[in-house]
Amino acid sequence: MYKMQLLVCGGTGCQASASATIVEKLNESLKAHGLTEDAQVVTTGCFGFCEKGPIVKVIPDNTFYTQVTPEDAEEIVTEHILKGRKVNRLLYENPETKEHISDSKHMGFYQKQMRIALRNCGFIDPENIDEYIARDGYSALAQVITELTPEQAIDMLKQSGLRGRGGAGFPTGLKWEFTRKYTADQKYVVCNADEGDPGAFMDRSILEGDPNTVIEAMAICGYCVGATKGVVYIRAEYPLAIKRLEIAIEQANEYGLLGKNILGTDFSFDLELRYGAGAFVCGEETGLIASMEGGRGEPNFKPPFPAESGYNKKPTCVNNVETFANVPVIFLKGPEWFNTIGTEKSKGTKVFALAGKINNVGLIEVPMGITLREIIFEIGGGIKDGKKFKAVQTGGPSGGCLTEKHLDTPIDFDSLLAAGSMMGSGGMIVMDEDDCMVSIAKFYLEFIVEESCGKCTPCRVGNKRMLEILEKICQGKGDMDDLDHLRNFAYVIRDTALCGLGQTSPNPVLSTLDNFYDEYVAHVKDKKCEAKQCKALATYTIIPEACTGCTVCARNCPTDAITGERRQPHFINQDLCIRCGVCYTKCKFNAILVQ
Amino acid sequence: MTKIKSLDELRKKKQQLEQNLEIREKSDHPESLVQIKVAMATCGIASGARTVMNALVEKIRNDKIPAVVTQTGCMGYCYAEPTVEVKKPGHDPVVFSYVDVKKAEEIIDKYIKNNELLDGILPANYQTI
Repeated sequence: MYKMQLLVCGGTGCQASASATIVEKLNESLKAHGLTEDAQVVTTGCFGFCEKGPIVKVIPDNTFYTQVTPEDAEEIVTEHILKGRKVNRLLYENPETKEHISDSKHMGFYQKQMRIALRNCGFIDPENIDEYIARDGYSALAQVITELTPEQAIDMLKQSGLRGRGGAGFPTGLKWEFTRKYTADQKYVVCNADEGDPGAFMDRSILEGDPNTVIEAMAICGYCVGATKGVVYIRAEYPLAIKRLEIAIEQANEYGLLGKNILGTDFSFDLELRYGAGAFVCGEETGLIASMEGGRGEPNFKPPFPAESGYNKKPTCVNNVETFANVPVIFLKGPEWFNTIGTEKSKGTKVFALAGKINNVGLIEVPMGITLREIIFEIGGGIKDGKKFKAVQTGGPSGGCLTEKHLDTPIDFDSLLAAGSMMGSGGMIVMDEDDCMVSIAKFYLEFIVEESCGKCTPCRVGNKRMLEILEKICQGKGDMDDLDHLRNFAYVIRDTALCGLGQTSPNPVLSTLDNFYDEYVAHVKDKKCEAKQCKALATYTIIPEACTGCTVCARNCPTDAITGERRQPHFINQDLCIRCGVCYTKCKFNAILVQ
Repeated sequence: MTKIKSLDELRKKKQQLEQNLEIREKSDHPESLVQIKVAMATCGIASGARTVMNALVEKIRNDKIPAVVTQTGCMGYCYAEPTVEVKKPGHDPVVFSYVDVKKAEEIIDKYIKNNELLDGILPANYQTI
């Protein structure tokens, strides 16, 4: 029996920083000191605090080591495990007080979090089903299939108020009920693990950290809707998640928790994986189903909804990974418990992937109704390098940018929609004063143009035209009419595109037009980009007093626009300058002025 | 792996498996548990702190006591090793000296379970932050 355990993060992020080698070194070191009976090394899923990864957590004193390298393994074992002295230099340092914090519960990053979907991530070994069972795993499935009728179970889910976490927030219980209503010789449960939003990685982390919870929930869903087959549609770019899912499915089959006559009941359920090539549009459920059937990933007109005619034209219930991860807990703790968390219309928690110009990049789970300010400044630790907050992009390419005035709005599905953005899958990209909002809108449109399946004209052609206008504006060739054109295009696409992705694709442009109109006008009228991101709008000049005449800029200028004698101030010929910025990056004396 | 064939079997399985996760579950809310710290510096280990710690861990598991056993560095009482500090929720920490296996069991039976103090308590002359 072990007295201590060392939990090492085995998520993709930490593995990229050699966490697998850390595990190896820890084991070697434990062996060398004869401690293999006392301490055990466990590879877990993501702890969420990716900014400071790789993470090693020592149990039972809950010591949270950050940015551990394989070389640190020996010291952790000899100091902490052998002698009981914490390795101070690896502890998290409070950025304000510079104090070392050893227990993660005292870190600002974790204090406001509430983990339901991520409850096992960073706690259990995802490749060992026994650890999941020890945490009440598969108890919910067992209870549902032995003690409840499908109708009763669906009612409980409806009472809980759980809404789909993939983006639109459709009530999950209703979706299950619709699928149940249709009779067919075969029905399907599909898990949408396509996660296409740039910057979002919650589904991957759940699958990597706790694959069994998704499997259990899919089986519960199968029992409720009357399906005996489940398919996880997952992008091939997630090899670690795929590997862990495969292990979990195999172990569940061996225990008889999947397969024929589960737990001695009449209920049978099989699960398989289907790989996607990582197309954004395959996150849309009809596009996803088309791709699963081997066709091109193109959405179809709804109705009929997949609940009536989906995969192989059979009734199909499609839910997102995070939605499924909530399901077993709801049955274990009861819908009333779930109901007490969150806001009136959005119950429970939401996982967000915090990224961008923020101090604590990572994965967080917070109760609905928390404010953006709490997320960004308390959990996220504020803006990097003490810069000023400008905007936060939520909901990925279908969402929008929220500003300072939205910081104190309690966030849930409806309040984000009202503010011109959306929950989406939960990507949250924070921007500071150095970000140009026109360029941001352009970035998302580039993504949409690239990812549009091309089936319907508004999305295929409309977004392309919008992108051209934005490029024109960033080149300094836009006029005020262009801003009206942008808006018109956006409204037409929103109203006429075929699928949800097309309809929401103009959101980044619309929300930046609404919230940062002045910035657009500055680009168009004054030909100025305040954030200095649009190179074409910048003028480069040399400050004569600062220039030493070292000739570096002149030698590197691709158009020979810079002239001047050695050891004399140089000069940029504005007619020849193509605003590439090379002189600015090469100058060692800060003599280049960008305006 | 043998198949789990009923709800009861799943429950039994869970009970068997719980043990390995127990220290993780406990460390999730240490403030509500009895915290036992065994001084495990060179002086402590040389005087047999490791055997004491094993005995404590064993007894806590068998008697199902809501406690968590951790090790700490030298507390400064090298003359009185092995030393064990016990912090019950809502109480000040108490440090016991010259703890052997027998005394370790007494600490649990008398102090932790019934609040009876034992001989050999060291004066608390330090503060931890």
